Amino acid sequence: MTIETLIALVACGLVGIGLFGLIAQPHPLRKLVAFNVMGSGVFILFGALARRGAAAGLPADPVPQALLITAIVVAFAATAMTVALLLRLIEATGSASLASVPPDGDGEAR
Amino acid sequence: MAEATTDGGLLLVVAVLLPFVAMLLGIAAGGRNLQRIAFFAMPLGMAVAVAIFFSWLHEPGSVVYQLGGWAPPLGIALRADGAAVSMLLAVAFVVCGIGVFARGDFDTPRGGAESRAPFSYWLLLLAVWGSLNLVFVSGDLFTLYIALELLTFAGVPLVCLTGSGETLRAALRYLLFALSGSVLYLLGAVLLFGGYGTLDIPLLADRVAAEPIAWTALALMTVGLAAKTALFPLHLWLPPAHGGAPAAASAVLSALVIKGSWFLVVRLWFDAMPGVVTMPSAQLLGALGAGAILFGNALALRQLRLKMLVAYSTVAQIGYLFLMFPLAFDAAAGRIADGLAYSGGLMHAVSHATAKSAMFMAAGSIYSALGHDRIADLAGVARALPISVFAFGLGGISLVGLPPAGGFLAKWWLLSAAVESAQWWWALVLLAGGLLTAAYLFAVLSRALLRPAAPLTLRAPVARSRELATLALALASVLLGLVAFVDLRALGAA
Repeated sequence: MTIETLIALVACGLVGIGLFGLIAQPHPLRKLVAFNVMGSGVFILFGALARRGAAAGLPADPVPQALLITAIVVAFAATAMTVALLLRLIEATGSASLASVPPDGDGEAR
Repeated sequence: MAEATTDGGLLLVVAVLLPFVAMLLGIAAGGRNLQRIAFFAMPLGMAVAVAIFFSWLHEPGSVVYQLGGWAPPLGIALRADGAAVSMLLAVAFVVCGIGVFARGDFDTPRGGAESRAPFSYWLLLLAVWGSLNLVFVSGDLFTLYIALELLTFAGVPLVCLTGSGETLRAALRYLLFALSGSVLYLLGAVLLFGGYGTLDIPLLADRVAAEPIAWTALALMTVGLAAKTALFPLHLWLPPAHGGAPAAASAVLSALVIKGSWFLVVRLWFDAMPGVVTMPSAQLLGALGAGAILFGNALALRQLRLKMLVAYSTVAQIGYLFLMFPLAFDAAAGRIADGLAYSGGLMHAVSHATAKSAMFMAAGSIYSALGHDRIADLAGVARALPISVFAFGLGGISLVGLPPAGGFLAKWWLLSAAVESAQWWWALVLLAGGLLTAAYLFAVLSRALLRPAAPLTLRAPVARSRELATLALALASVLLGLVAFVDLRALGAA
């Protein structure tokens, strides 16, 4: 097994852990951490693929690296936005729970 | 054959940049001027969309622009095919209509104090428009990822413009769904790049083969996008988010934002990987669509409030958008192909965009006039707000699929495709969905047309311009079906 394959497998493990956390964890902050774990898995996988896909003589394919930087910035912005929303939610309701009384007017609740 | 920038190619760049430039100017110029800038940008954007349409008419294929003159795979290309052109036009039209309506809610009058909600609304409206245009014209999967994320970042704050706890919660749920969807999409794109070394859609279509890596990537991306589009059973975030937002924002979210991620599924299945799709996968996607139609319509029937009813109706209508995938599957060739089902799906997207924005706007007018939108207490509203209720009914006619509405033509094409490909079960779903839609439309209209027990007192009058904007969108949706007599190529495969 080459080092790239090992890294790619580890990355896939991170994606799996992240996806599980995103679905199974009820607290939004934990979901956010899980999203970041999953995102890191994707980024590491991309890095491993860049190494494997390099032309002869090059240490790595530069295109994935350029794309990676962009994707990391996007994930960072998403994280910041989620935290901001979460803080506003706690400010407004005093709790961070997503499971809630359905918004008024949701017919099923009555 | 090497493609090159076509004559009207630069227009694609303008279509994407115009809303964003207006938005940045608006940030610099401040709240009161932002609204003026937005109203200046709207007709301009409409003109650009029309210009792209004419430029596309003169091209044998797509309108193409290569950024910096670099051809893919080294560079990035923007492309507008028939589908993209029709969506560009529809979005520009709907944005203009919503803009006129939104002036009632988010106006900053001369001399009045500037406040946060109108400022955010106009910024986000422009941002949604620019991101959608980018989704339609992007030629490679990574630019599409960026466009999709921009669309999420612009759409989520629209949900919580009022800042109440419930809307914040709905927005946070929406954001978490959308983020999980986009990371799955990115994972699929990474796998495709690892497998085939390109993200450019036509190049990928040449290289991709029906093998595990392509199947995995397509499955991951489709699930991610389905979460963003709120396809049943990943629709849980949609009704509270769309039903709780202000009407002008709900119209944007329901009519336009969900179409972005749906359009991306179409790009993937029809343009990037038509040969990778298998019959069972197309049937599964169709089954989820059928679930959405039946489940969404049944829940819409049980709603007590008008806006929630319209929101659940969106869940159902998303189902029709996904019925095109099994119907477009060519079993003999073992691949998905353009045809009647493709045109039907696009037609449905366009007619739903116009009809649903009109219905949300009508519901918003009714809410602001009555101070509530309880369906049981709507008696007399048809007399008080005839134009809004009429527009609501016209939008409903398009959703039900009565001729000559766009919804009729869309369903007709989908039904014909179902008959041609001998998939009668989808025809049943289409017809049952139409009946259920008619049932909740009837439930609303029959109450609105009742004579009230006590004379109705309106809490606030509704501006005529708002009602007319609503009516214009509803009429557009109803008259869209006439396009069948004009030029079928305009919405068919280019």
